[in-house]
Amino acid sequence: MESKKTFVGSSLQFLSQHAIFVVLVALVLIIAMVDPRFLSFNILRDVLMQSSTRAIMALGVAFILITGGVDLSSGRMVGFAAVISASMLQIPEYARRFYPDLPNLPVLLPILMAILACMLFGMFNGIIVAKLQVPPFITTLGSMVMVYGINSIYFDMAPNNSQPIGGLRPDFTALGSGHLFNMPIIIIIALVVAVGVWILFNKTQLGMNMYAIGGNREAAIVSGVNVVLTLILLYAIAGALYGVAGVLEAARTGGATNNYGNMYELDAIAACVVGGVSTTGGVGTVPGVLAGVLIFGVINYGLTFIGVNPYWQLIVKGLIIVAAVSFDIRKYIAKR
Amino acid sequence: MEKNDQFVLEMRHISKAFPGVQALQDVSLEVRPGTVHALMGENGAGKSTLVKCLFGLYLQDEGEILLQGKPVTISSSREALDLGISMIHQELHPIPDRSVMENVWLGRAPLRKLGKLNFVDHRAMKEKTESLFEDLKLDINPRSLVRDLSVSKVQSMEIAKAVSYNARVIVMDEPSSSLTGHEVHHLFGIIRNLKERGISIIYISHKMEEILEIADDVTIMRDGKKVGTWPAGELTTDLIISRMVGREMTNRFPPRKNRPEEEAVLDVRGYTSPFPKSFQDVSFTLRRGEILGVGGLVGAQRTEVMEALFGLRSLESGKVLIHGREADLSSPIKAKKHKMAFLTEERRATGIFPVLSVQFNLLAAHLASYVGSGRLLNQRSMCRDAREGIEKLSVKTPSSRELIRNLSGGNQQKVLLARWLLTDPEILILDEPTRGIDVGAKYEIYTIMADLASQGKSIVMISSEMPELLGMTDRILVMSQGRLAGIVNTPETTEEEIMRLATKYVA
Repeated sequence: MESKKTFVGSSLQFLSQHAIFVVLVALVLIIAMVDPRFLSFNILRDVLMQSSTRAIMALGVAFILITGGVDLSSGRMVGFAAVISASMLQIPEYARRFYPDLPNLPVLLPILMAILACMLFGMFNGIIVAKLQVPPFITTLGSMVMVYGINSIYFDMAPNNSQPIGGLRPDFTALGSGHLFNMPIIIIIALVVAVGVWILFNKTQLGMNMYAIGGNREAAIVSGVNVVLTLILLYAIAGALYGVAGVLEAARTGGATNNYGNMYELDAIAACVVGGVSTTGGVGTVPGVLAGVLIFGVINYGLTFIGVNPYWQLIVKGLIIVAAVSFDIRKYIAKR
Repeated sequence: MEKNDQFVLEMRHISKAFPGVQALQDVSLEVRPGTVHALMGENGAGKSTLVKCLFGLYLQDEGEILLQGKPVTISSSREALDLGISMIHQELHPIPDRSVMENVWLGRAPLRKLGKLNFVDHRAMKEKTESLFEDLKLDINPRSLVRDLSVSKVQSMEIAKAVSYNARVIVMDEPSSSLTGHEVHHLFGIIRNLKERGISIIYISHKMEEILEIADDVTIMRDGKKVGTWPAGELTTDLIISRMVGREMTNRFPPRKNRPEEEAVLDVRGYTSPFPKSFQDVSFTLRRGEILGVGGLVGAQRTEVMEALFGLRSLESGKVLIHGREADLSSPIKAKKHKMAFLTEERRATGIFPVLSVQFNLLAAHLASYVGSGRLLNQRSMCRDAREGIEKLSVKTPSSRELIRNLSGGNQQKVLLARWLLTDPEILILDEPTRGIDVGAKYEIYTIMADLASQGKSIVMISSEMPELLGMTDRILVMSQGRLAGIVNTPETTEEEIMRLATKYVA
């Protein structure tokens, strides 16, 4: 009897430690019970493809959340990167080109420019937060509005005049919809980014310093962590990741407008906190964030798949955010 | 029924287990009315767990609690307060930007009806506060902001608040840990006043001298069990210590194995803060192999000088020489390059990373040394160093992956000391290194200090505990009101001389 009891006890403990993954699996199973076709290869691949850009973006937001901050500018940066890259990667024959006389650029050049631009914005956030010590919420609220303004001015330039950007080059859209060894390229990119971020979080001094700053900023200063430099670097990396997400979003959808990425920042924050990232800093893992993103991916796709009214989907999403975090937080509340 | 009215409070055969730990085992406590009952034991002995059961923060697994002979169940702090049990926590948590009276009547402000609506009656609140303070002979303005009060005043306020719940039993957890000698005296005045009013105090402290002065009864605990209860008059410091640790401990301090050398490692000249109320013109030298004590009252700006020395505070003027050469110590990063280490006073605020592992906490100041090929950290040597640190300082932790906040204060402190030892420092600044930790851990930390000194390391130790200053140091620097009051040779000084210096510039 005794061993059975401890088996149940330790199983329960295991489940509560890995609640996020349990929820994810449970969700997939529930949807599959309603319609078993959900478990087909094609559909699961679609879910992963849709989740790829969100995952890259959420990983960027995770950097900031783990330092104890928050980043509201991420969604608008995604939109900015999408517009920049798309504006320079249209097919020559397309009627309404953003730059009518632009020669055929190497595909990587506009992509890198878009990522670099977001990285600079991120660095700007980092400098304001670290040097001027403006709270991250305010800093990124400001830059969120500014980036949208800059993006809209660019998007409104003649001759484009705020027309949606379309007619993207196939070598660019291949990033979003192409395959490599029968694997969607976009999923491969997301995986590579996730592995890179995991290494950064767990195996580098920068990652350790990130956890230290979020865990106790004062103690980090005393321990000789260069808090200012670390924060600037982390915000810059986060910005670069938003850039990557924005470029892929343009490639995946085959177009871009200045409203791309609108409200994505809240989805990204939600995915992170559902994935166990603490909003007070110091806690968060890459597998957790990915699970959080996938939970929302499965809800978005799966509930539509089994025909749930989209408004009900919103309610389910909201409930999951609160329920997952209230469950997750049990780990950290002092036991009585 | 036995003569239950003899005791205001009885806790009978209390047991409490946490996963993996039997925190309390069959512990009984009887408190007589109008007495101070000291509860003593090393950290982890179960004192805090016991009073948390009493205050409804934990629910005991077994045993019962009797209040004036009647069994009661206490499942929340609210119920404890209603039953007349109050608690002054070790760390005070007032609301700094609200007034004293609002803090005292928090959550139960006197109300005035205006039509159907209730409004807070600030005048009644002020009057109630004033009469409460008058009873306890406290001189605090009910309208001042708590932020502007000294620690001692905040504590007095908290005691008054506890009394205002019509408390019959007040638990005080390490009430004197952040007070100066003078303030402790004041606290004892309040406690005697409470005794006269028939209120019983359960007093948790590590400070023997205080216990022997104020307590009527002393209960000693060890490893979650009760060792016994004795009238304070029958105890001595040595008896208490031997019963706490379960072994004879004739000496509270390890022998020093070396004399400091002549060579000055650190030469501080004219350190002056940009803020006139902070430290002014502080100069001293620290020799190789020396332990230099820093004494003074709270507010003497001792911590502030040392923080400036470690680059955590700005300077108006002053310079510092390390090995005779002028050094730039304007940030902790630069101070570390000069092989300095700084164990801060506020372990929770500026020391530990509570949500991170013991290993992380232990390595936090030394990460740069693990950067290997491809900027990746060398996991193997990180694990090895963490394991060695835990072993060397005999940190009690289930594993190196345990979150540090689940460790006791003494073990947290050992992890922090291990963190700095890993950086192989030559100059260690230890700010109240043994505050709030148990006798056993204290002795271990003293031993480490003596060993470091004998290896030629130099130590600055800020301390508010006189026996520690006199027992461990070579010289003692005394500060008073931000100024250097004097530096004395420890073997030739007395407590009286140090106190005299500490009050030298107190207006």
